[in-house]
Amino acid sequence: MNIYQEELLDHYENPSNYGTLPEPDISHEEDNPLCGDKIRMDLLVDGDTIKEVRFCGHGCTISLAAASMLTEKIQGKSLEEVKQLTRDDIMDMIGIPLGPVRVKCALLALKVLKAGAYGIKGWPGEEDE
Amino acid sequence: MNTSDYRPLDVQAIREDFPIFTDSSFAYLDSAASTQTPRPVVEAMDAYYDTYRSNIHRGIYRISEEATDQYEKARQKVAQLINAQRTSQVVFTRNTTESINLVAYSWGSMNIHQGDEIILTVLEHHSNLVPWQMLAQRTGATLRFLEITEQGLLDFTQLHDILSEKTKLIAITHVSNVLGTINPIQSVIDAAHAAGAKVMVDAAQSVPHFHVDVQQLDCDFLAFSGHKMCGPTGVGVLYGKLELLEEMPPFLGGGSMIRSVDRDISTYADVPAKFEAGTPSIAEAIGLGRAVDYITQAGLASIHVHEQELLKHAHQQLQDIEGITIYGPEPHQKAGVISFNLDGIHPHDVAGILDTYNVAIRAGHHCAQPLMKKFDVIATARASFYLYNTIEDIDRLCDGLRYAQTIMIRRNK
Ligand SMILES: Cc1ncc(COP(=O)(O)O)c(C=O)c1O
Repeated sequence: MNIYQEELLDHYENPSNYGTLPEPDISHEEDNPLCGDKIRMDLLVDGDTIKEVRFCGHGCTISLAAASMLTEKIQGKSLEEVKQLTRDDIMDMIGIPLGPVRVKCALLALKVLKAGAYGIKGWPGEEDE
Repeated sequence: MNTSDYRPLDVQAIREDFPIFTDSSFAYLDSAASTQTPRPVVEAMDAYYDTYRSNIHRGIYRISEEATDQYEKARQKVAQLINAQRTSQVVFTRNTTESINLVAYSWGSMNIHQGDEIILTVLEHHSNLVPWQMLAQRTGATLRFLEITEQGLLDFTQLHDILSEKTKLIAITHVSNVLGTINPIQSVIDAAHAAGAKVMVDAAQSVPHFHVDVQQLDCDFLAFSGHKMCGPTGVGVLYGKLELLEEMPPFLGGGSMIRSVDRDISTYADVPAKFEAGTPSIAEAIGLGRAVDYITQAGLASIHVHEQELLKHAHQQLQDIEGITIYGPEPHQKAGVISFNLDGIHPHDVAGILDTYNVAIRAGHHCAQPLMKKFDVIATARASFYLYNTIEDIDRLCDGLRYAQTIMIRRNK
């Protein structure tokens, strides 16, 4: 299956929730050392609920589309729900098989989110269990 | 450059030696990362595994003697390839990276002290940068950098400003793996020696592609990898001047590198054994020996001319693509490497779409982040050539790039 599908390209060209928040409760940025792609995530949190989310950065179609889809997915969810998100959830969200290098592109946004919200380091799916 | 053994390459015959090219529509354009392996190299390694597999330098039986003999013959072939004075100046390592680390630890720890300076260039692969950073941190030495011009050529004039009696070493790549720039290493070596400094040449991208003569260059150390010259992974080479290798302490301790061992102290074997502790990559060294035969039979001058033709064609064709930026010098000043970006398309996407088009290129920072920063880009796409590539491969690349543009830049129009 071709990874350059309409849905991904739509997110890449018109990303949801792109930008930054003026006074975020949580703000975190990381890059992918393999390719230098960079993503920042800003969150406004009320109690345990994610009120608002924005992302910005630069990267390839996969990393930006995955970030855009992820922001849609977590809006209004609880931080606890976000913590439970796994590598497989992201792969389901992307909906197409990816090779090992591109998987990192897809996971960058979730990695940034988990590091920002919980200080969890490492790539989703590779943390110590 | 020595072109005495030039004859046109029979590229079709060469491609038949590589099973991976049975699919003639597959354009493999990432040989700067690692080359493909011809059958004769695989067969040489199979012969070791099937008929005389054993450890070397030890067994008092026929197949171990055969293995030792073949391993040492491989060393001779490598020595001849680079015109080393003596075979013992060729140390087998795992790869270029290990060769450079060996020098940084062994020679570096003995010769680099607080206040000394090491000169590098911004073109260096991380493997010819990080070991020197680590050495500088251990010893308190300072790193200095030669910059490049707008065209991606080494700014050689700068050398005279930073070269001084503090300079103990210049570590420089012969050919840039990102821009393809061929550095004027002869001039660098002459200038370094005049100032009393040694020179380590990273030849990972030169020895596979044209004649490199260590005696003519008079370099002190030179490193390259088997897997970038039709050989297997897991074997690389360090060449060094004999007097330097002889006075250097061992890098790794263990079996094979000793003459005799007492409880508290050992005496070390002569070079190169002193630097080859433990059981080496025997099959791989034998494979590398066969790879040396393979590329010398094709002819290094012929390979170089062939790559120049591919490069000229690639530059012409790529320049016609709208929104392309090509980094680095003109074809006649570089080896078979071409780095570029397409406006508005991330290099990962370029490589990803080309993959669906059966074209393999590299995208990323190519282990040269300081150079990427210099060009103010995060990453580039890179196509690189070797003796088996064809004009059709390049045309396929160009078609693939136009295809990528139709996918990615549809709606902006
Ligand atoms: C110029 C240069 N130096 C060093 C290396 C490192 O080679 P290896 O990974 O085989 O140690 C490479 C490989 O990409 C290279 O292109």
